[in-house]
Amino acid sequence: MVAPPSPPPPPPDPQFVLRGSRSAVHALHFCGGAQGQGHPLLLSGSLHGLVHIWSLQTRRVLATLDGHAGKCVTWLQTLPPGPQLLSQGRDLRVHVWDLAEGRNAIVDSVCLESVGFCRGSVLACGPQRWMLAMPGKGGDEVQILEMPSKTSVCSLKPEAEARPGMPMCLQLWQADSSPLPLLLAGYEDGSVALWDVSARKVCSRVACHEEPVMGLDFDSQKARGVSGSAEKALAVWSLDEQRALQVHGTHQLTNPGVADVRIRPDRRLLATAGWDHRIRVFHWRTMKPLAVLAFHSAAVHCLAFATDGLLAAGSGDQRISVWSLYPRM
Amino acid sequence: MKSRGMDPVLSTVRLTVREAVHTLSSSEDGGCIFSTLGSLKRYLGETENPALPEEQEEFARIHFSTFLRCLVGKLSPDWLELLPDGQLEELWASFFLEGPADQAFLVLMEAIEGAASPSFRLMKMARLLARFLSAGRMAAVMEGQCRQQTEPAFSLLQETLLSKVVGLPDHLGNRLQRENLAGFFPQNYFPLLGEELLQALQVVVESLRGGLDCSVSFLSQVLGKACVHGRQKELLGVLVPRLTALTQGSCLWQRVCWRLVERVPDRAMEAVLTGLVEAASGPEVLSWLLGNLVMKSKKAQFVMTQKLLFLQYRYTTPVLRSLLGYLAMDSQRRPLLIQALKELLETWGSSSAIRRAPLAQQHYISKAILVCLAHLGEAELQDCRDELLASLMAGVQSHLDSSLPSVRRLGMIVAEVASAQIHPEGPPLRFQYEEDELTRELLALATPQPAADSPSEAGPPVAPLTAETPNEEMVSSGGPQAQPEGSDSELDSDDEFVPYDMSGDTELRSSKAPVYVRDCVEALTTSENWERWEATLRALEGLIFRSPAATQEVSVELAKVLLHLEEKTGVAGFEGLRQRALVAVTVTDPVAEYLTTQFYALNYSLRQRMDILDVLTLAAQELSRPGRRQKPPQRGPPGPGPQPGSPATPAWRAVVEERIRSKTRRVSKGSAGQGPAADPNKFNSVAGYFFFPLIQLFDRPLVTFDLLGDDQLVLGRLVHTLGALMYLSVNTMVAVPMGKALLEFVWALRFHGDIYVRQGLLSAVSSVLLSVPAERLLADLPDELLEAQSWLADVAQKDPDEDCRTLAIKALLLLEKLRDKLLPPPPP
Repeated sequence: MVAPPSPPPPPPDPQFVLRGSRSAVHALHFCGGAQGQGHPLLLSGSLHGLVHIWSLQTRRVLATLDGHAGKCVTWLQTLPPGPQLLSQGRDLRVHVWDLAEGRNAIVDSVCLESVGFCRGSVLACGPQRWMLAMPGKGGDEVQILEMPSKTSVCSLKPEAEARPGMPMCLQLWQADSSPLPLLLAGYEDGSVALWDVSARKVCSRVACHEEPVMGLDFDSQKARGVSGSAEKALAVWSLDEQRALQVHGTHQLTNPGVADVRIRPDRRLLATAGWDHRIRVFHWRTMKPLAVLAFHSAAVHCLAFATDGLLAAGSGDQRISVWSLYPRM
Repeated sequence: MKSRGMDPVLSTVRLTVREAVHTLSSSEDGGCIFSTLGSLKRYLGETENPALPEEQEEFARIHFSTFLRCLVGKLSPDWLELLPDGQLEELWASFFLEGPADQAFLVLMEAIEGAASPSFRLMKMARLLARFLSAGRMAAVMEGQCRQQTEPAFSLLQETLLSKVVGLPDHLGNRLQRENLAGFFPQNYFPLLGEELLQALQVVVESLRGGLDCSVSFLSQVLGKACVHGRQKELLGVLVPRLTALTQGSCLWQRVCWRLVERVPDRAMEAVLTGLVEAASGPEVLSWLLGNLVMKSKKAQFVMTQKLLFLQYRYTTPVLRSLLGYLAMDSQRRPLLIQALKELLETWGSSSAIRRAPLAQQHYISKAILVCLAHLGEAELQDCRDELLASLMAGVQSHLDSSLPSVRRLGMIVAEVASAQIHPEGPPLRFQYEEDELTRELLALATPQPAADSPSEAGPPVAPLTAETPNEEMVSSGGPQAQPEGSDSELDSDDEFVPYDMSGDTELRSSKAPVYVRDCVEALTTSENWERWEATLRALEGLIFRSPAATQEVSVELAKVLLHLEEKTGVAGFEGLRQRALVAVTVTDPVAEYLTTQFYALNYSLRQRMDILDVLTLAAQELSRPGRRQKPPQRGPPGPGPQPGSPATPAWRAVVEERIRSKTRRVSKGSAGQGPAADPNKFNSVAGYFFFPLIQLFDRPLVTFDLLGDDQLVLGRLVHTLGALMYLSVNTMVAVPMGKALLEFVWALRFHGDIYVRQGLLSAVSSVLLSVPAERLLADLPDELLEAQSWLADVAQKDPDEDCRTLAIKALLLLEKLRDKLLPPPPP
């Protein structure tokens, strides 16, 4: 027996909206409060170089960090051991902040050598040791640093004949089977490459898009990833045992331009940030479209999922919308 | 030939009969009468010692009728009771039931005619006739006539017999009035007659097999006469299915059947043939029943190829199919089919027929053409290709010129199918039309029917099933990645992710629309930026409503730009956007004067002129809508943002509001819950500008525009627009002069040939009746009203178009109501 199809429910509204960043929001990061102070936090980076720390309990700004000389903050990431924050800005610096016990001071800085929009990526290698991937010099390199010692491990330079252009987005990860760090990088020519960091060579490269890759996310458990670009399609690709990437399929969107893609930590939802002001939500396994969230009035620049499934989106309209979709059962 | 008087045998018979008649008339002794009758029974045969054959024949030929009349004369309750147990009655009746059927039947009918109206005798005779019928004696009557060699002496008798056989229900109905027996009702009698006819035919076939000569002409006459009396359904409903079965396997039966139809008198041929065509279940059946009748009988040919195709159009598609299929089935008859196709196409293409014939008939003819084409092969069409193409092309032209959409569509469909058939090597003709029930039916006709139904019908449903199963398997096995993921434990709960409504996910337009009305004019005329152009067009209506003052400054300029705007890029809904913007301009600052002058200006396309009419109507509607200030039109999706009153919640909102209302005492807001406030009709002040310029110039042809000539489609639109404007100016000052002008206008055009124009005129009359106050109508326009009434009455009766008739009747009803309103019925 098939029940008659009922009309779909109207699109949901955001759970709440954070206003007050006073400029376009370009970076978002949830700071899981579970192990920390007990209060979940949301960090946002703005066009004018400020980092706001929002309490999700009071929905107010707890602190504002100003360390990027008024230049856009493009990436925020907390480090696994303790309350340390990495922030990347267009002033060509990556700052390490100490946020413990109410402090907010820069404890360390790394200089970037590329003025691109590429966000960095970190991977914890051990207690108090982590690896940082950043866009490197020469326009097409990716630099790998060992932190906190800031020693340059290597520089991943594509082969001369490949000409992939600048790296646009990076993601460091480790397979379950081996401890060797791997790097997924989306390039300006629309290709996604898998680097073996220790061997400093490209394992596989696949052309996913015609336009530069703007964002990618990877589900290491299913060995499947997704990337969005300036064009009207999402590409879903997978990685086989021989570490070969292959495009699985593309998913057409109504409007071109995807600024960011994020898979929810429970690997069931995929969210994309659209230049068309809309957030799109898909079922990650089937890529079935689930919702189109038309709340913002300017392009959505960044997305972040909290560990409990909360979704935050930062937009050019200076607002951060927080959504609770399909809560885990 | 021997004389009767000299033959001793015959004189014995005469003597016996005379004695018996004497005994019957004088004797009161039951036993004596009984034995006398018994002795006469010998002459009917079927007793233990029958009389000699010559005696029997003599009795039947000369004395039987006389004797029966004498028996009828004796009939009375006392006489029948001379012997107990109705023995006498039984014996009496047996003479009628066993003697020569034709004479018995005639005497029975004569007696019934002659009996006094409600009487014992009448009822007795009627019951006897009923027994006569149920005993199957009617078959005997007809058989008898088949065996007779046609002698001139018999023709009179046959004539009488024929009228009695076919007219039996009428005669009996007249005589018996309310006492009539069920067996004599036509719906019961004619099926019986059919059975009897079949029985008689059976006998004919048997005797032909036996080598005896027989004539079916009496049967043909019965058939013909019954059909002329309109009893095709009852009679042929029985006859045709049986004959179908019988003729299917037997050549002899077919020949008898052909002869039967052939011998039908000419005046009855049409009735018989139409009945047969309707009752036959397909072309094969018709072919078995009729043979090459159309080649032998001129009348039949006329009926089949002219009357049923051109003069009548009530038959269903299957009937048409079997008729044309019959013509196609035999090589001798095929020329008739080609001839019919030529004539059909000629009629189809004649512009006068398109204008005057009812739509149903045009459908019928189109169907007939499509069926013909499906039957004819390429080679046959080749011979008369030029002729066919000529009439086809003329027909397509005149159909496309028609102002009725359904006529245009007919033209398109027939043109597509016919051109593909007649001229297969040429480029295929393609039109765009909406599919509906009718077009599908027509297109289905164009494909030839498969010869045998059952295998082809059983075929398709089976084939795809078997073809699809491997496909499905292949799909499920072809996606191996589905399996490993399918083992995920999340699977079950994932299905509960119900998608939200994503209908708002449309393409985003980045280009900014102008913010001021004045900018729109510039953006629409000069902009090379198409995105901006489109955004302007989309924003224009809202802008105009938001800033009426700014609009008034540029209204004429804007109207001009909009009117001349062409669709340069494939903007979805361009026509609607442009029209809404124009309506908005016209409503905000009535530029009707400009528009109406442009309607009669040079150098506009018909499309633009019709746009002007549409805009005027819509603007008038908008202006005359009461309370339009309260509801400025809201179009496009509501802006993004939290929507507290989303459609899922109205129930609780209503409850909450009701509760608030019941518990709140309002002091100041007395009129909060009332409907729209009364508002002066904005149309009042401008209605004249809309109306009079349009009605003035219609009879002055321009170089490019001739309303009374070729551009009758625009004339039709103009008339409809005028009617609508009239209707919308109800309760305005100017309604009376408008009504007067409109009635004059209607009077001038009342005999226009185009249906669409006439429909407009009729609805215009109705709107005059609705909009002009009744008193003013009577006071100012009495003559016009009288003229209109006689015209309406005429249209209601004679117009070929059904819609026109309906509209005329509606207008007449309005007139009636008007009169009732003015002359209230006197109080009782």
